[in-house]
Amino acid sequence: MVKIETWKILLSLIVVLMGGFYALPNTLNENVRANLPSFLPVKTVNLGLDLRGGAHLLYQLDMPGVFKDRSEAMIQALRKELRSEKIGYRRIGGLDGGVRVTLRKEEDAPKARKIMRGLEQGLIVNTSGEGGLILEAVYTDEGRRDVYKSVISQAIEVVRRRVDELGTTEPVIQRQGEDRLLVQAPGADAEELKNIIGKTAKMTFHLVADPSASANVRTVSYPLDEDETQQMRLNRTALITGDMLSGAAYSQNQNGEHAVSFRMNNTGARIFCDVTRENTGKPFAIVLDKRIISSPVIREPICGGQGQISGSFTVKTANDLALLLRAGALPAEMKVVEERTVGPSLGADSVAAGKVAAIIGLAGVLVFMAISYGFFGLMANVALAINVVLIFALLSMMQATLTLPGIAGIVLTIGMAVDANVLIFERIREEFRLGRSVISAIDAGYSRAMATIVDSNLTTLIAAVILFSFGTGPIKGFAVTLGIGIITSFFTAIMITRILVVLWLNKNRSSKTIPV
Amino acid sequence: MRGLRLVPEETNINFIGVRYAAFAISLFLVLGSVFLIATKGLNFGIDFAGGTVIEVRTPEVPDLKNLRERLNGLELGAISIQEFGEPDDLLIRLRQQEGGAEVQTAAINSVRSALDATYKDVGAVDYRRTEFVGPQVGEELKQQGLMAVIFSMFGILAYVWFRFEWQFGVASIVALLHDAILTIGLFSLTQVEFNLATVAAVLMIAGYSINDTVVVFDRIREDLRKYKKMPLPELFNIAINRMLGRTLMTSVTTLLALIALYLFGGEVIRGFIYALIFGIGVGTYSSIFIAAPVLLFMDIKRSDAEKVGHEVGAQG
Repeated sequence: MVKIETWKILLSLIVVLMGGFYALPNTLNENVRANLPSFLPVKTVNLGLDLRGGAHLLYQLDMPGVFKDRSEAMIQALRKELRSEKIGYRRIGGLDGGVRVTLRKEEDAPKARKIMRGLEQGLIVNTSGEGGLILEAVYTDEGRRDVYKSVISQAIEVVRRRVDELGTTEPVIQRQGEDRLLVQAPGADAEELKNIIGKTAKMTFHLVADPSASANVRTVSYPLDEDETQQMRLNRTALITGDMLSGAAYSQNQNGEHAVSFRMNNTGARIFCDVTRENTGKPFAIVLDKRIISSPVIREPICGGQGQISGSFTVKTANDLALLLRAGALPAEMKVVEERTVGPSLGADSVAAGKVAAIIGLAGVLVFMAISYGFFGLMANVALAINVVLIFALLSMMQATLTLPGIAGIVLTIGMAVDANVLIFERIREEFRLGRSVISAIDAGYSRAMATIVDSNLTTLIAAVILFSFGTGPIKGFAVTLGIGIITSFFTAIMITRILVVLWLNKNRSSKTIPV
Repeated sequence: MRGLRLVPEETNINFIGVRYAAFAISLFLVLGSVFLIATKGLNFGIDFAGGTVIEVRTPEVPDLKNLRERLNGLELGAISIQEFGEPDDLLIRLRQQEGGAEVQTAAINSVRSALDATYKDVGAVDYRRTEFVGPQVGEELKQQGLMAVIFSMFGILAYVWFRFEWQFGVASIVALLHDAILTIGLFSLTQVEFNLATVAAVLMIAGYSINDTVVVFDRIREDLRKYKKMPLPELFNIAINRMLGRTLMTSVTTLLALIALYLFGGEVIRGFIYALIFGIGVGTYSSIFIAAPVLLFMDIKRSDAEKVGHEVGAQG
């Protein structure tokens, strides 16, 4: 224990130097960093949202709503198909994410079954009722999972497009759990972000229901956007849906009012052309998220594949709508279930407070160690200083996120890091007091304290690892720095101080006392 | 150069002798804590209870009474306003609103416009932080927090079991539970907000408590090998006394760091640090007065220590 191989000293030196290199960018400002030669690391510690300011939004996707919509679509498709195949049915109705039909004749069952299976992917058709007249198409477990998966990934895609259009840098958009979506955007204005992300932006064009038409046409009522108390009855089937749009932009109409102009793809343009030709003179309605934003009258057939929506827009709402239409509709409604937003001022204050606390905490420990253990205490202090550098080096290298609880973790590690040295020094004192020689006391101090140090560090490391794996938010941030701190302090408190102590010992072979 | 000693070089305090008094005090405190937690409960923050917190900095020192009246006039349920660190820093809490996400957002917005209107002649209100947690997420966070606690305890227990004999494992878990329960009890007594960060603190305390206990146990085991004839109470006393310097030193350096955080680290983490400071104190006490005496009650055999001791000796 009182001799160290040269390679260990060299290795430790390399580790410390590397640590210095990787920690260095954190002390430089951005301009200097940008001009560093390329062989030097430039990554700095990745500050969490609570320190740099930004928004953390957790959304819940309305999956029951998705299945309800799908069920609705299946009913319509099935009705159409059964008619064209001339299969008679008594009743047709929705199930949770499925469809149920009661046939008139049993011999139609195989054919109907085939149609039903083809309605969507991942369906299974069950027969029930007497004579096998009732057929039910529902999702298999796997089919259901696939729907979840595709809805989430679509939602991520759409949200990403929207957030990108806002010009937010480095947003994190990821799935969380079964049916949730996490959006983290540093430096973003949460209100703005919520405004843009939370809108489903499902736009459809409908003909306004004709009161004199036969009762066969299914209708639906939506409120007007300007005045919720007023409703308008529309044909349920949409003529144009948002996915038929190929572009949208802010514009002004001939009266100089704010408007949104849009382009349709070929399918949309053809349908719109046909419909407007057949219904010239009749009103139609533009519905956005179940509200009627505009209900113009078709003056003439529109066949250019272009159009304009004017309603009661402001510059901002028109721009927002254009953005939403460009980015596409969300496949499901989403609502915020958790929001954590930190303004830039609090973030900066927290960083400043964390710095002050860390410096004062560090200074307190340094002074206390020096007073308590004298010259050896100073050696422990060198190790402690290196420890702090290494923590920042590792944080920068791993690009782990530093949060406010993370800073607390660092400060706490500073306090606890000296424990290994305290154990060793106390043991050296004790052994020396019992009459051992200087070398023998130091040797015994190190070897006897070692098992204890390993035990105590491992127990804390276990706690940190478990905190990291099971914890969320602040717990995780704390666990990261605590874990890193334990690893680095183990190295510095054991290797670095030992090298220093051995160096001292080599110089002071004949010393009769130990400065501890 | 002679260093500062927190305790004299050689102490011979009869810790084991006062074990019944220590047990009585601890039992009283633990039962008191459990009673408090059961009756008074914990002041759960929005992490667990759901709801909204808005931290604002007002352009002038606010008239709290006036502001309270104004915000409670919005009919959003009871809204609490408290000073947060600085006189012009306010923490505004809204209850969970009946209804969906839009209702929550609308509630936040109406509070913001009321504040903006109040200070429109003086300057802009700085919205420093907005946190909203839905009831379902709160429930999940509560469960995850509980899972983290349980898993950490088991992880630590498993390690101590592996490294020592089972008697040591049991004794250290007794000390750990003692510290955790007292800390939670303190939160019940003072009604300081209990949130995710507090759970992290409790777990950290558990880690520290075990750490402290393990250090003393290591020494007890070492001395069991060394003094084969010495009666156990005396042996335990010697071991604890020899580790006393270290136990107190480490507690002091850790507390130094924590006090710096408490004083200068900002209001946001103050509750978390407060828990840690208390826990470190209790953890130090329990490793001396609870863990070792409990071990004494267990049926430890010197031969076991001997066996495992050799392995450790070979390692060191």
